[in-house]
Order: sequence, then C-alpha cells, then structure tokens
Amino acid sequence: MFNIILFALTLAALIYSFKKDRQKTRQALKIAYNSFRNILPNMLGIIGMIGLMLALVPRETIEGLFGNNSPLGILIISAVGSVTLIPAFIAFPLAASLLQAGASIMAVSSFITTLLMVGVITAPMEIQYFGKKFTIMRNVFSLAAALGMAVIMGVVLK
Amino acid sequence: MKRHLKKYFLFILIILIDLLLRWKMPAAGSTAISSSVDYLVEMLLFIPPIFVLVGLLDVWVPRKIVEKHVGPDSGAKGVVISILVATAAAGPLYAGFPVADALLKKGCRLANAVIFLGTWATIKIPMLMMEIKFMGLSFALTRLILTVPVVIFIGYLVEKIVEPGKGHSEVKSA
Repeated sequence: MFNIILFALTLAALIYSFKKDRQKTRQALKIAYNSFRNILPNMLGIIGMIGLMLALVPRETIEGLFGNNSPLGILIISAVGSVTLIPAFIAFPLAASLLQAGASIMAVSSFITTLLMVGVITAPMEIQYFGKKFTIMRNVFSLAAALGMAVIMGVVLK
Repeated sequence: MKRHLKKYFLFILIILIDLLLRWKMPAAGSTAISSSVDYLVEMLLFIPPIFVLVGLLDVWVPRKIVEKHVGPDSGAKGVVISILVATAAAGPLYAGFPVADALLKKGCRLANAVIFLGTWATIKIPMLMMEIKFMGLSFALTRLILTVPVVIFIGYLVEKIVEPGKGHSEVKSA
C-alpha cells in the first residue's frame, strides 16, 4: 500500500514537472541517479551487516544490552549514533533490524536521534565553516536534546 | 576500477563472510543471506521513487527564497522558511554546511542558520518516507513532533550563546 502511494505520487510529480520544464526534470533525474549511485555501496554494505547481525549476534545479547533501557546500553548506542556517519536512508532499516533483534524503542530512538543530530566526525568541517563555539554548542545541545527525545519516545511509544 | 573496489570493499567482504558461513555454519549462513536479501528487495522496491522525489524537490524548491526571507529581522517567517526549504533539500548534513554558510554571509540570522542545519539533518521529506516505511507512522510522527520545537529552541539558544546581545549574525567564516 505504502509503495503504491509512493509510486503514484512520484509518477504524478514527475509528469507535472516534465510538462512544466523538461530541462529541470532532466536535472532532477540526474540528481536522483547520482544520489542512488553514491549511496549504493554503503547501502549494500549495511544490508549485508544487518544480515550478519541477525544471524550471528544472539538475540539475548542485543536484548541484554539494548533491550531493557539500561543507562549503559543507551549510552553505548548514543555514542555509536553520534560518531558514525551513516546516511539516514540506510539508518532506518538498520534501526528496524535492531528492533527486530530485541532492542528497546528507547535504545533505537537514541541511535536515530543522535545519528541525525550529532556529528562528531563532521565537527572539524563544521568548525571551519562556523567556528568552534558554534559547533560545540550546537552539538552539545543536540546531544542533550537527542537523549531527551529518545527517553520521551521510549515512554510514549510502546 | 580500484576506486570502485574500495567503495564496495565492505560489501565484498560481507559476501565472502556470508559464503564462509554458508559453508561452515549452514544454518547461520542462510539466515544471514536470506535476511539481507529480504531487506535488499524491500529497499530496491521503493528507493528509486524516493530518489526521484529528492531530485525533483532539489530542483524545484529554490534556495534563493531563503536568502530573501531569513534576514536579521525575519522572525517567525524566517524560521518557517528555513524549515520548509531544508526539508526539501538533498544530501547529508555536511552538504548543508556550505548552504548555511552562504545564508549567513547574506545576512541571515544565526538562529535561522542553526534551525536550517537542524532541519536539514533531521526531517527531510524523503527521509521521513523511509522512516515511516521501516519504523512505522507513529514512530516517525512522534519524532517529527518532538524535533521541530527542539530544533527551533536549539537555534535560539546557540544564537544567544555565540552572539550574546546581538539579534543577528556576523559570524566570521573561514
């Protein structure tokens, strides 16, 4: 159902765009193709790792670490989320597989919110553009907010 | 060729591990391979239209609008426009840095630039579709509802601390 709506929506948008401006539409398709090509190696790698994780890491291990909202587990998964640089596109399937493997909503939410809001690896780049104070403040507040959001989501969503 | 090999290194390594598992521990090996294939099929089914949407949004939502409407005295309108344009953008957070930098140079308020970056990172439309698909509608909606006020709040907070006493920005950029 989701896929059908998505395809219909995209097709309608594409036809409308093409009628309005062929050049722009061609440009859009080029961007689409390039984004896809850029993400493909990462996507295949992450999908492979999801498979390995589901097969090799026992459910009890993931449940024990990330299944019971223990502060240590949340801390570990938030650190991983803050440091890693995974495109959001493939972070969601990874998060879904963690849920499937026994992690709690709160743990998975922390992973997603920190991954999206905190960028440790990109910080040097951010400093170059906006300065140290800006970067540190933005990331520290974002980390605090990410953790707060994850706790709320863990409580609200069951 | 070498560059391609490097890009696909992780994937190739995983295929080798999968094959080894298949041979030494057949049960685990086939679980690994079949879960990966399931995820792959599911993603390939709907990733192409999402990327087409990304491309369309990117060409049709002009970033120039932001430059016009997010100046020092822009207020709520500036916030709304920062958010709307960022949700339509393509690319990861670090691709948003130069855009936010350009906004600041054109006189945009510091808070709006932070809000722009925060939105860029967290609530892009195509990304939300991916989230709904894999995490469910209630997860995506809850995160969205929490994210918007948080991002706006962080924007003003960072502005207050980085530029105390100033309502607008003259951040020097390297």
